Amino acid sequence: MLKDITLGQYFPGNTVIHRLDPRTKLILVIVYIVALFSAKSPLSYGLVALFLIVTVGISKIQPKVILKGMKPLVIIIALTGILNLFYTDGRVLVQVWIFRITVEGIISALFMVSRIILLIAGTFMLTYTTSPIALTDGLENLLGPLKKVKVPVHELAMMMCIALRFIPTLIEETDKIMSAQKARGADFESGNLMARAKALVPILVPLFISAFRRADELAIAMECRCYQGGKGRTRMRQLRYASRDIWAFGIGLAMLVMVFVLRGIQIV
Amino acid sequence: MEETTLTPILQTKNLTHTYGEGTPFQRDAIHNLDFSVERGAFIGIIGHTGSGKSTLIQHLNGLLKPTSGQVLFNGEDIWQNKEFTRQIRFKVGLVFQYPEYQLFEETVYKDISFGPKNMGLSPEEIDRRVRQAAGFVGLDASVLEVSPFDLSGGQKRRVAIAGVIAMEPDVLILDEPTAGLDPVGRESVLENIRNYQKAQNATIIMVSHSMEEIASNVDKLAVLNHGKVAMYATPKEVFTHAEELIAMGLAVPQVTNVLLRLKQLGVTIDTSAFTVEQAKEVLLRKKEELRHA
Repeated sequence: MLKDITLGQYFPGNTVIHRLDPRTKLILVIVYIVALFSAKSPLSYGLVALFLIVTVGISKIQPKVILKGMKPLVIIIALTGILNLFYTDGRVLVQVWIFRITVEGIISALFMVSRIILLIAGTFMLTYTTSPIALTDGLENLLGPLKKVKVPVHELAMMMCIALRFIPTLIEETDKIMSAQKARGADFESGNLMARAKALVPILVPLFISAFRRADELAIAMECRCYQGGKGRTRMRQLRYASRDIWAFGIGLAMLVMVFVLRGIQIV
Repeated sequence: MEETTLTPILQTKNLTHTYGEGTPFQRDAIHNLDFSVERGAFIGIIGHTGSGKSTLIQHLNGLLKPTSGQVLFNGEDIWQNKEFTRQIRFKVGLVFQYPEYQLFEETVYKDISFGPKNMGLSPEEIDRRVRQAAGFVGLDASVLEVSPFDLSGGQKRRVAIAGVIAMEPDVLILDEPTAGLDPVGRESVLENIRNYQKAQNATIIMVSHSMEEIASNVDKLAVLNHGKVAMYATPKEVFTHAEELIAMGLAVPQVTNVLLRLKQLGVTIDTSAFTVEQAKEVLLRKKEELRHA
């Protein structure tokens, strides 16, 4: 059950997408999101979707994996769809009691749902194809200028890296603790809301303790290797843009421009 | 009554469990595994990492559902209905690896009583069980009101084991109960387990990586390899297949190794001893033999 959560997980591979500079991927994700939120017509949505599909295709990430990762978010997606469906004014199609479905409602629900799905899938692609270390390297590099205004960029990047790294570990740990408590007859599936909330205590307490223990051990391990923050730290793997990055930027920007052009046409 | 003594207390039939079905990571952890445990026995399970030990034991108390095949408790399918599966968890107690990480209550007493409380027992019965379980694992009554997090690692382990024992399971399964303990702690935990077996006439299944521990405790030993039971016999029999064990990434007890080496060096000696005591006997006999010769 818990193993289905793939958020923040990295699937190693050796495709062009995997080899892209993490900075390129981060910027492209932003470009992608901007394009997605600027898209107004089905055609521009299609364009963004195409960009995603091509990326998925090249990266050899199984579409099934992405769908599985979306599972925990189904409720949010469904809720957005339903709210849009019922609360949009316009030409009434069906009316039952206080609920009415409008043509505009259907359209905006479809747009919102596909927007969320594309948004999630797109950001998944970043974490699926980029190792947490590369990701934080890229982030730190991109945010580098902020160091001048005393933003602790390195520390933030390190924190993010560690957080990402520990998501799978904590999920595994939760699974283990749940099994252990189930073996003692704990019941997480029945009872009212109060009983269920109470049933979480035997999981949360050990989980927090183990998280603190891990944090402690990690801190010691880092100190043993003389870690003392970002200052004067050099890198084994320097980030360098390659020609494939330029191509990727080109394609991403082309998509963005086309989305804007389509938007312009529609407004006119 | 006649029948229950004849049917194994636990049995698996064609048990298969596939992890990550339908994903690229799909693999069979255990495959068509048949295994049975006689009532009152002390069974050992060995196998290298990834041989399916943990998957198997989690099937025995219904924590994992078989992909195909059956798990029978006293001849009854444990998955016949939801309530029965839950009851099985109380009858087949499972102590996980490093069980001290599952402690959560404010006091040792409360933690041990978690299982019995879930069984819906009366407060008096819970109290009796908690005290008895604490006794089995050698916890002093004064420790009961202490927070489990203030205890030493070994003590925590005992509390966690007591938490399962307090449910008074007919079968007690332990996954490496002595991992990470010092030698004295190891021996005393093993003794606690033996005490429980004797007092409750319980069946014990113990997973271990220590051949010495297995050799000196179990009646029967199952060797798991690639998700199947490769051998299932008395330790004496199993340890005569030293080469096969080594090929499976396992080992024989150190003393057996010594005897095997002696044999290799040309000494005609019985190599079936697997505990220090037995080896001592064998060696003394050999010494006598040599003196007379």
